[in-house]
Amino acid sequence: MDSASSIFAPAIALRGVTCTFPARDGQGAYTATQGVDLEVDAGEFVSVVGPTGCGKSTLLNVAAGLLTPSAGMVQVFGEPLQGLNRRAGYMFQGDSLMPWKSALDNVAAGLLFRGVAQLDANAQAQQWLQRVGLAAFGDRYPHQMSGGMRKRVMLAQTLILDPDIILMDEPFSALDIQTRQLMENELLELWGARRKAVLFITHDLDEAIAMSDRVVVLSAGPASHPIGDFAIDLPRPRDVIDVRSQPRFVEFHTRIWQALREEVLRGYQQQMGQGTKVPA
Amino acid sequence: MSKAELRMAQLMRLAVLLLAWHGASRNPKVAFFFGEPLVVGQRLWAWFTAGASSLEVGTKDSTWFTMHFPAEIYPHLLITLTETLLAFAIGTVLGMLCGLWLALSPRAAAIYDPFIKAANSMPRVILAPIFALWFGLGIWSKVALAVTLVFFIVFFNVYQGVREVSSVVLNNARMLGANQGQLLRHVYLPSATSWVFSSLHTSVGLAFVGAVVGEYLGSARGVGYLILQAEGTFDINTVVAGIVVLTVCALALDGLVGRIEKRLLKWQPGSGSTDKI
Repeated sequence: MDSASSIFAPAIALRGVTCTFPARDGQGAYTATQGVDLEVDAGEFVSVVGPTGCGKSTLLNVAAGLLTPSAGMVQVFGEPLQGLNRRAGYMFQGDSLMPWKSALDNVAAGLLFRGVAQLDANAQAQQWLQRVGLAAFGDRYPHQMSGGMRKRVMLAQTLILDPDIILMDEPFSALDIQTRQLMENELLELWGARRKAVLFITHDLDEAIAMSDRVVVLSAGPASHPIGDFAIDLPRPRDVIDVRSQPRFVEFHTRIWQALREEVLRGYQQQMGQGTKVPA
Repeated sequence: MSKAELRMAQLMRLAVLLLAWHGASRNPKVAFFFGEPLVVGQRLWAWFTAGASSLEVGTKDSTWFTMHFPAEIYPHLLITLTETLLAFAIGTVLGMLCGLWLALSPRAAAIYDPFIKAANSMPRVILAPIFALWFGLGIWSKVALAVTLVFFIVFFNVYQGVREVSSVVLNNARMLGANQGQLLRHVYLPSATSWVFSSLHTSVGLAFVGAVVGEYLGSARGVGYLILQAEGTFDINTVVAGIVVLTVCALALDGLVGRIEKRLLKWQPGSGSTDKI
């Protein structure tokens, strides 16, 4: 893995990724993404924004190796991806914790799967619970925790494996705004401590600009593809609340929103159009 | 309503029911068809106190040991309970194995689907004489009949349970590095367990039904046999006494399953209850 070529290769590179799904009625096909090129360098925080239903999650699943693209390829540190992406951690959008395991066991699960001894795994998991502020909640089951606590456990569960690439699919979209900003800051802090490549999917432009080094805008589906790539040179470390009042931030927001607005409207119209097709 | 109050209310209902039955059975015609609670009680008392009995345990050809009991009912009850528990255990294990196998192998599921549907829709009680032919008149023909009842309940629940594992939880476990065996142990089995337990309540009852029906159709021992004998002489009180014994046993087993369930499924939110944070 650490061959000379991989040092300069991006942590993850999607090359011409096209994903086509068979349509539900069995006729024709739906092309979610068309010829997507996307690179995330090692240690870089890249956000992908786009209108709903534009195939953002599809791209993430491709990067994770959970979905094989119809065309195109994925490279991980310069090597073509086969099967699951073993160097990536994936924080899902929905509830992905195993409900039958306590918080501690959930966090330790990845280590156990990798053959770490139970005691050692538990000790590390306890440290990570402490890092996400849940030291006293290790014996709680997911249903006994609030949404924000569950997200923290999911974060610890992903980061404990120290992945080189972190894939995040709207991880905080289900949280209320205060919890969300808190979690965003915590994530930035954890990420700042050991910079990993992050591919962050969101529909929230504020969140994308506040967190990222680069924001990629996807066009509306079908056949969505990147239509804009903005380097965010706001100084780090950032506070996601304070940064929003900086003139630079507002400037970025205006520029990216101009690119995004048309696509959002187009995506919205398409969804409405689909709605009218359904026979009453 | 507190637990004690609830129990009191339930006992009251039972008492009213028994009194009404008792009152109605003063009429001899009613008593002939419905029995008399007092006589049923006497019958039960006699079963559990009088008539020392013994039970030979062993194979057809040799007796390993002989058990002695202080009262008449025990060997019959022991036989019926043994049949029930054996059928329950065998049926549950088989159902779980087959359910897991078919749920994890779509190809096998597609192939066996019509066979399973056919086997399930067969009226299995009519298999009892065939089982008697195959396994003899001992306990195993009854166990076999009860297994056919238990198996499908557990099988369909496990099958459903494994297939309804949340894809997000599954993908998350895969991304965390779980291999097939670890997925089975950490994801599929725990997820299926909750479905299995909801089916176990039904299948305990059905295991009883299978055992008793088996005895009823041909045996020399067991509570079902006692009931059959009593029916032969229109002894309705003994029939009712047999039903009472079976009901109490089924309730006790159901309670046991409930306890184990509570312990194993403590990760599930209780219905309508909130947990302290």
